[in-house]
Amino acid sequence: MKLTVDFKNPELAKSLIDKISAEVFDEKSYNIMEICGTHTVSIFRYGIRSVLPENVNLLSGPGCPVCVTSQGEIDAIFEILAKTDICVLTFGDLMRVPGSRGESLEDMQSEGYDIRVVLSPLDAVDIAEKEPDRNFVLVGIGFETTAPAIAASVVSAEERSLRNFYLLAYNKTMPEVIKFLLNDSKLNVDGFLCPGHVSVVTGEEIYFSLPENNKAAVIAGFEPVDILSSILYIIYQINRNEFKVYNNYSRAVRREGNIKAKKLLEEVFVKCTASWRGIGQLKNSGLCLNKKYEHFDALKVFDVDPRPAIAKEGCRCGEVLKGYILPKECSMFGNGCTPEKPFGPCMVSTEGACAAYFKYSS
Amino acid sequence: MNMKKITMAHGSGGKATNDLIKNLIVENFSGSILGNLGDSAYINLCGDLAFSSDSFVVQPEFFPGGDIGELSVYGTCNDLAVSGAVPMYLSFSLILPNGYIMDDLEKIVKSAAKAADEVGIEVVCGDTKVINSHSSNTPIINTAGIGVMGASLNDYSKIKPGDKVILTSDIARHGMAIFSARKELELENSIQSDCGNLYSIFEKTGYDGIKFSRDATRGGVAAVLHEISDKISAGFYLYENMIPIQEDVVYLCEFLGFDPLVVANEGVAVIISEAKKAQKILNKIRQTKMGRNASIVGEVYETNNVVMETKIGGVRTVEMPSGDLLPRIC
Ligand code: SF4
Repeated sequence: MKLTVDFKNPELAKSLIDKISAEVFDEKSYNIMEICGTHTVSIFRYGIRSVLPENVNLLSGPGCPVCVTSQGEIDAIFEILAKTDICVLTFGDLMRVPGSRGESLEDMQSEGYDIRVVLSPLDAVDIAEKEPDRNFVLVGIGFETTAPAIAASVVSAEERSLRNFYLLAYNKTMPEVIKFLLNDSKLNVDGFLCPGHVSVVTGEEIYFSLPENNKAAVIAGFEPVDILSSILYIIYQINRNEFKVYNNYSRAVRREGNIKAKKLLEEVFVKCTASWRGIGQLKNSGLCLNKKYEHFDALKVFDVDPRPAIAKEGCRCGEVLKGYILPKECSMFGNGCTPEKPFGPCMVSTEGACAAYFKYSS
Repeated sequence: MNMKKITMAHGSGGKATNDLIKNLIVENFSGSILGNLGDSAYINLCGDLAFSSDSFVVQPEFFPGGDIGELSVYGTCNDLAVSGAVPMYLSFSLILPNGYIMDDLEKIVKSAAKAADEVGIEVVCGDTKVINSHSSNTPIINTAGIGVMGASLNDYSKIKPGDKVILTSDIARHGMAIFSARKELELENSIQSDCGNLYSIFEKTGYDGIKFSRDATRGGVAAVLHEISDKISAGFYLYENMIPIQEDVVYLCEFLGFDPLVVANEGVAVIISEAKKAQKILNKIRQTKMGRNASIVGEVYETNNVVMETKIGGVRTVEMPSGDLLPRIC
């Protein structure tokens, strides 16, 4: 516990801010992308942008789980609800995401549909076990961070021989989207703040392609000192033109990651093509249930197909996620799209770039 | 064991209702006005009055640091207290789910009675109804209170740049206690709700130098400051390092993805005071049990927004909470 307090230390933070100012060259610009919703929120909550030199730009990449979930995947939830009398179990963040017709799970809930918020995937299995006469679908979204717990819920449902529990397996993985970003000729990013929680599971390996492509890569934790020191290391790498993956979150991240969690993922999932909002279909970037567990697969059991729609017309979330535009450049921002009445998913989740900009920067 | 339960008969107006009222309600709330059981309570008051009402729906109804009974009394009394009134008389109405366990109801009524005694407010009337347990499986309580005005603390026009903002206690405890009481989180929870009597603070401080105050319940401190800044041409500048908050509350908020400033409190008042008198007021607040963690957290400033200087010297906008708090994916 004491550890975390030190990483919030204001004096340490201030000395890092001074070091960053001393290190940057005025004539250069430094574009740094975070690919983790928790980083997005930390950066705003601690006011980190406001203490950085003007030519250090922080961009939010495709790191917010709700935001990258494609419109088709969202719509499939509504399709299942329309088709069958079923209970949908979801993480809180998804409740306000609008479907293509504008309605959200929160709206459906007030119309009497059975939609419940769970805090962890294992709760979902407990609920299903307690109500054997009802069918339950867990909406499984997130990256490598949530995937192990979702895999564990499937294993647990199998062990308990539950046949009233199903999973919408929407989990996505980082390596392929990183590759996508690197291949994007419009991408204007010099370094990446690599997601700490994802790295706990995956280890360092998934970032090796970044330095190979002359991008700085620092794995960062979530406290102000973590983030500031990581930004400093990124700037060092850029200034010296020496790129490598640096693990600046070694108190939580091991080089090889969490082997047990990785094994669990292998046990339950198989790599498949996933659709990312605003990005499109990426091969091998999704985690689908494998043969052994396919009887839990809600898409198969209820025969729905996440329609190809990857975005919502009028919403520029996809461009935000690729760092092409800042949320404020979307004409809907604050004007038809607010956290109370979001039009696109980047305004829904606390971790969404649009929501974070709306809430924390005036 | 044969547990006594609430039945539809307890809300029918017949003997069962009468027995419940006599044996449980009148028995626990002392006071002759209530004991009279007339169709109205006769009360005698002079001067300017404050009148406030609130309904309480809390799940679970017993939470670390309190229960819906005391909450329903403190809640309305706190509204009176922060409005500058001395809480005098209270109504107490129960809407009970069919099948609710009598022992639990008794606990709730007893703790409401204890809270009323502590505040010094007299419960003078009330009502009991029973509803189908499908509609709610925990009791719903409505209370309405009347108080005699000591000072008006609701006048926006008094607020001027330079005034100080005082929080009377550490924040976000109630909201996080309720969350941690949910068994799914499986927390060994040490977070206790701050549910308590804010009148005790004003009893100590009096009203000298206090320009405005408000109870920071749902929506937390952030909602209160935003509501005020919407009504005035000025805004608020806060200092994160001055905001009192328990360490375990910080961790749970971070874990769930909440900004503590938007989390509910049940024992925190936001007080806006004259700058010169702020320290003196603070010293007095700190002498009370409710206010020992009070702090001056910022000031009113010219710009019409709510911002906070963070611990590392950054500046950010304080979010206006929107809707229910939904925990993030974790
Ligand atoms: S402001 Fe709203 S509509 Fe525009 S990109 Fe963000 S989420 Fe989409």
